[in-house]
Amino acid sequence: MTDTTIDRDKLRDIYTRTMRVARADEKFRSLLMTGKLAVIYYTVRGQELVSAAAMAALEPSDYLVTTYRGQHDQIAKGVPLNPLFAEIAGKVGGTCRGKGGSMHITHPETGVMVTTGVVGSGLPIANGLALASQNRGDGKVTMVCFGDGATNIGAFHEAMNMAQLWKLPVIFLCQNNRYGEHTAFADHTKVDSIVTRAKAYGMAGVHVDGNDAIAMYNTTKAAVDRARAGEGPTLIEAMCYRMMGHFFGSDFSYMPKEHLAEMAAEDPLPRLRQLMLDHQFTEAELDAIVADLDVQMDAAAEYAANSPLPGPEEIRKDVFEEEIAA
Amino acid sequence: MSQITMTQALNRAIDEAMAEDEGVILLGEDVAAKQGGGVFKISSGLTEKYGEQRIRATPISEQAIVGACVGAALAGFRPIAEIMLMNFVTVAMDQIVNHAAKLRFMSGGQTNVPLVIRTTTGVGVGFGGQHSDMLEAWFAHVPGLKIVTPSNAADAQGLMRAAIACNDPVIFIENILCYGLKSDDPGPGHIVPLGKAAVARAGSDCTIVTYGRTVLDALEVAGKLADEGISVEVIDLRTIAPYDEATVTASVEKTGRAVVLHEAVKQYGTGAEIASRLNEKLFGKLKAPVTRIGGAFSAVPMANALEQAWIPNKDAIADAIRAAMNWKG
Repeated sequence: MTDTTIDRDKLRDIYTRTMRVARADEKFRSLLMTGKLAVIYYTVRGQELVSAAAMAALEPSDYLVTTYRGQHDQIAKGVPLNPLFAEIAGKVGGTCRGKGGSMHITHPETGVMVTTGVVGSGLPIANGLALASQNRGDGKVTMVCFGDGATNIGAFHEAMNMAQLWKLPVIFLCQNNRYGEHTAFADHTKVDSIVTRAKAYGMAGVHVDGNDAIAMYNTTKAAVDRARAGEGPTLIEAMCYRMMGHFFGSDFSYMPKEHLAEMAAEDPLPRLRQLMLDHQFTEAELDAIVADLDVQMDAAAEYAANSPLPGPEEIRKDVFEEEIAA
Repeated sequence: MSQITMTQALNRAIDEAMAEDEGVILLGEDVAAKQGGGVFKISSGLTEKYGEQRIRATPISEQAIVGACVGAALAGFRPIAEIMLMNFVTVAMDQIVNHAAKLRFMSGGQTNVPLVIRTTTGVGVGFGGQHSDMLEAWFAHVPGLKIVTPSNAADAQGLMRAAIACNDPVIFIENILCYGLKSDDPGPGHIVPLGKAAVARAGSDCTIVTYGRTVLDALEVAGKLADEGISVEVIDLRTIAPYDEATVTASVEKTGRAVVLHEAVKQYGTGAEIASRLNEKLFGKLKAPVTRIGGAFSAVPMANALEQAWIPNKDAIADAIRAAMNWKG
């Protein structure tokens, strides 16, 4: 049975990570709305808590592979805000000097090794990071995040089979937000739950309410402990909602009214706030955390705005180790 | 002097690299001792020395093989992926093109993918349309990939060492028909740098630019044409990308004539790029148009009679050179 209790410090940690994600997402959307930023952005509204609780169960040195809708994972894993904001804005001060953007955030110092823009492609790569840890015996685990839509591409199946075959220290975190782009889960997948697919590979699989901070954290922690102990991979299916369209500004009229209502009722942010109050955190304490984060968001937005644009010479750099000729 | 086959040369290069660096690992179908050391025996004897943690026989899952190698490379390993036949790399193209090739760039140089993808192919063994293609032009079009194809055993050894040491992804193309070719043994520790073409035969009238198995055809034709008084220089590119423009341009500037030869389909092949570059660099200095010789524009057929009709033949190579010599403008 998964533990239903949680350490108070861990809960504060999860709250802070969740709100860091939420306030950053809010800031990005406000920059986009006011025309201060004009980039493609896949909002993470609704999935803040899933990553916050999952990343709180990892060590900073553990590896993470995520996907184009990945700002929640990156921020929760610890990517510093200034270079993150600058990267999304395509500036030299960005994590990738403006050459990756929101879909390709990379920050090895915090373990964020790959952010891919191709659905499902992160899973085979996560296996390789985990394989390196297995051979080295460095005790690291690798987490790879993806959505329900990614579970119907071949890479998912090839990677699941290989990970279990070699008992790799990898955690497959499916954030089932119930939509693959514009297509609802039931219209792209016939099984009721992604986690049933773990059985097909002889892998441990757990289904969890991703918006339940305690369950999400404890489920991830158990999988991390198993992986670190050499007991192999786990598929976690964390149920959540994508509370906006596929990308920021896109139409989501294809979502039925009942779904929108269900989604609003399950919003992880008020639910987590209530959980915190239930655990005797005070309103003032929680407000102070958010106020401090908002100062950081403003600073990050300013840092990004002031960071220079990359020059054309960047095109010749990093194609190969050696700079290519002009 | 003792001799070594291309199979032995490749095995030795991988063995040496594995002995030097624990991060060198090999993943591929049937590559471990239990499965016989690979369909073409390139990894024969390596499992016994380095164990199954480092020589990993995989399921038939090309995306997972290349993807795992990309991930291990990001973590600082120097993995070698064996994709049994070149046509099967098409199954792993996302990992190669979108990931291995681009992660260094997209991360702003924070990460890199020191990966070697070994793969083999070849027309002339009756394997038909899905086991014989040379797809190097597909990869040459992708920024971030290096492409190597040896024509002899000594180069195979030296280029493989350089490919494993390279900090970027390398597609290493072998030819089934060349595994038994023998070279003088270059001895241990032999390295041939990437990006450097070789003058396989010096000449003064016409240059054949080629690589891989067709270097052998070019050398044979050059020998025959010498009897007709035509002096042919043969350039073996060895590395298709990055392209050794200096060596090729210097040769063609000297001879004033060039024929570009490859086994891959001629249309939109690497020959088009090379011919175009020669025109850009040497227009006005050329004594004849640069011509191309390559495979026919169809799937590689199975029947030997058709295969021989499909593949560039030596008569066609000789005729192209004679035509260049007789060009009247």
